[in-house]
Amino acid sequence: MAARAGVNWGKWAVSGPPLAYLIVFFAAPTLIMALASFRTPGDFGGLAPLVAPDGTLDLNLESYARLAESTAYAEVFLKSVIFAIVTTVACLVLAYPLATLIAQSPRKYRDLLLLLVILPFWSNFLIRIYAWMIILGPNAALARGLNGVLALFGVEPVPLLFSSFAVLVCLVYVHLPFMVLPLYANLEKHDRALLDAAQDLGANAWQRFWRITFPLSLPGVYAGAALVFIPALGIFAIPDILGGPNDTLIGNLIKQQFLETRDWPFGSVLSIVLTVAALALAGLAAWIGRRGSAGAARA
Amino acid sequence: MRKGRAALWAAAIVAYLFLYLPLAIVVVYSFNDSRLNAEWVGFTLDWYRKLAGNDEMISAAINSLAIALVASLVSTALGTMAGVAMHRYRLRLLPVLVLTPIAVPEILMGVALLIFFVLLNFTLGLVSVALAHIAFCIGFVAIVVRARLAGMDESLIEAARDCGATPWQAFRRITLPLIMPGVIAGALMAFTLSIDDFVITFFTAGAGTVTLPLQIYSMIKIAVTPEVNAVSTLLMLLTLVLILVAARLSPSLLRTRPD
Amino acid sequence: MALLDIQGVTRRFGDFTAVDRVSLAIEAGEFFTLLGPSGCGKTTLLRMIAGFDVPDEGRIDLDGADLADRPPERRPVRTVFQSYALFPHMTVEGNIAFPLQMARVPPAEIPAKVAEALEDVRLSGFGRRMPQELSGGQRQRVAIARALVTHPRVLLLDEPLAALDAKLREEMQIELINLQREVDITFVYVTHDQTEALALSHRIAVMNHGRVEQLDEPSRIYGAPATRFVADFIGQCNLLSGPVVARDGGILTFDVPGVGAVRATAAEGQPDARHGTVALRPEKIRLVADPSEAAAPAGPHGRGAPHGGEARAASFGGDPTHNHVRGHVADLLYMGDVTVYRVETPGGARIEALLANSQSGRAKFFEVGDAVEMSWAVDAGHTIAG
Repeated sequence: MAARAGVNWGKWAVSGPPLAYLIVFFAAPTLIMALASFRTPGDFGGLAPLVAPDGTLDLNLESYARLAESTAYAEVFLKSVIFAIVTTVACLVLAYPLATLIAQSPRKYRDLLLLLVILPFWSNFLIRIYAWMIILGPNAALARGLNGVLALFGVEPVPLLFSSFAVLVCLVYVHLPFMVLPLYANLEKHDRALLDAAQDLGANAWQRFWRITFPLSLPGVYAGAALVFIPALGIFAIPDILGGPNDTLIGNLIKQQFLETRDWPFGSVLSIVLTVAALALAGLAAWIGRRGSAGAARA
Repeated sequence: MRKGRAALWAAAIVAYLFLYLPLAIVVVYSFNDSRLNAEWVGFTLDWYRKLAGNDEMISAAINSLAIALVASLVSTALGTMAGVAMHRYRLRLLPVLVLTPIAVPEILMGVALLIFFVLLNFTLGLVSVALAHIAFCIGFVAIVVRARLAGMDESLIEAARDCGATPWQAFRRITLPLIMPGVIAGALMAFTLSIDDFVITFFTAGAGTVTLPLQIYSMIKIAVTPEVNAVSTLLMLLTLVLILVAARLSPSLLRTRPD
Repeated sequence: MALLDIQGVTRRFGDFTAVDRVSLAIEAGEFFTLLGPSGCGKTTLLRMIAGFDVPDEGRIDLDGADLADRPPERRPVRTVFQSYALFPHMTVEGNIAFPLQMARVPPAEIPAKVAEALEDVRLSGFGRRMPQELSGGQRQRVAIARALVTHPRVLLLDEPLAALDAKLREEMQIELINLQREVDITFVYVTHDQTEALALSHRIAVMNHGRVEQLDEPSRIYGAPATRFVADFIGQCNLLSGPVVARDGGILTFDVPGVGAVRATAAEGQPDARHGTVALRPEKIRLVADPSEAAAPAGPHGRGAPHGGEARAASFGGDPTHNHVRGHVADLLYMGDVTVYRVETPGGARIEALLANSQSGRAKFFEVGDAVEMSWAVDAGHTIAG
């Protein structure tokens, strides 16, 4: 536009207020939390004074050291990562046919089919967890039927609710739309002529999928994987409500530190490790995705 | 070919059932004349009647609505500004700050704000929850608004300037009316996100303040009654209406949340 | 004093110089065209006149006043955009009323002015429609009406006909000529279409790489191109280059590789060039069957040329008023009304000649491989220095 010189008042007038808000209510709290991870917990929760009575600055790595002290924390992290990976893979398997079908549907039905995927996702998060409490509950048809069958083989009844199984099913349920959408966005752009060409060149349906469709959809797969993996790794409400006593994940650990033990520094350490791990793994997936799609383009 | 298509449909139907059956069960049991969510006994509206007389639930609902109203109004104003700024100017910091709250695990924002408010001696309650909700809604509104702007012909603004409009007049008369559906869609989305939010609210509400999701949480943690089914059904209905209206106004909404 | 005076205007984008020291004086009432290939800087220049871009160097004066500090909304200049840029949320009337509202015209006066503008572009009765309900040509007219309603000093048109199909384009060209005459407003028109530029303009500035190659009337641009680029860009043209080997009054003889001696009248202002190019339009060349082979037994095709008798009379080599070059037809392109023949000389040069297919019942006069003789008047070609 015309004005190229001088201070751009319009730019600051428009971007200033949201920028200021996000600096105060997102960037600053996040930095304060990062700082808190180097402090000592206070006697009654919170943080010990930054400057101790003897004048020393309260900055240390003790909370980070605690993380290494016990293998219990490593186990929780490992379990969280495994749960998140299983969730991601299960979402991919369920989402792929769904996304394919939507992408291949006549244009006028596509938005409707897509809306049907998204709608449940917009209903309350807790309601969706609660729904599985009903389905998996000990008095529900599913548990009674399953345990009835097991009893025939002389197996003790297994509880479905308050188990890792319940946590995983609900994790998949809650995150499925995150996988469908990017996959659909990718599959929709595929040129049908490529498949016709592959068929013309002698590829059967199976070969067409693995040699053409799937490699081309990798960017969508990795995008979906990142979108499922990150929130799944940090979840706490699902294990909190549906999990058994052994289903503690990082999210629950963090919640404990802040609302029960009131050990903020250690809670901050866990939050930072969680975020870094989630972003690093998602970044890795995106990087592999780019290389994968570049490789697919070359091949 | 035809066999493959049938298999695809079968898989898709399984996926759709997986998505809808749980919610359908909640709705159906909200009309079930039994304290146990186990089997169908008979039709009743008792749980809704009980809900109407549940003062805790009603005050939680009022809190949620008040927070959602304030959060959606403020975040729509700020998010629209952010969307316009990101579309029009080459900015480095703003896009990062707008998008990271969406990209990082929700719990991070919850605990960070908890520390922030407590350290500032800010009383946790309705205000702190609303402030937190605004922070994470800005990004969603900004994305919808920017998508709307990206679909707009840039020469329309130049044409307005050419016709004698000042930059502000061009924004008021051309840009704003054209992005209005996106702005309203963003506002509805922010309202929905706010009224549904559990994780961030959980950390920033403090002990005395209860919103609908928090109320539902304590009910399902302590003692499940079919009243939860009833309130869930009503909440779903509200969300459904809001989202359908928003999707109608801004078709791009269908693609905005996860990217 | 010129209405619009562009003086040494330069605009760079990084390392790329889009407009390079351009100076132009556009007179009041003119239909002025900026013509050139995409990327030649014509649109950037137009945007600087409108105020959407600012020159790095130089100045643009309107009515003797510098426009530099005036944003687009404060210039008495209106643009018709290539995409029309009609406001989709306003009716046709709303669109045309918009600049009047911006100019704070009393609301009571607006309807009459809008109606008048609609009448000017023959769209009376379309005022209540939405832009999306109009055809391409109608949208085009609304865009013009919107730009003209405030009677600007200059109307800028950025490839306004590019989005229309060929037939409609021709119709709109005639309408534009008539409209410009009626409203008597200076039009500055940007296009890459040379036939459009030739048909519409009073004057044309041919641009290339950010510079004006030639500024002239259409007939001069076509008939007397100043540079090789102009000759090549405007229509089809044979460019015969070589050193000047003889000079006889106003007539230069060039030694063109593969063709031989070519005589041409020196253009004004360049009588003493040592190397030059003869720009020769294909339609200026007379093409006949080679008279030296005409006596040989006829080939499988019926031979014969439209001007056979004449050509035989002109003796090759000794003709003082015409050039004669022999060759054979290497390619031909039948275009319906005319056929383009590409003739290859024994020396390996290729020259295009064009014959009108004016005789009914015959698709073409020659076949590939036929021996032919080309001849053209010494003053038919236009010489370019260098």
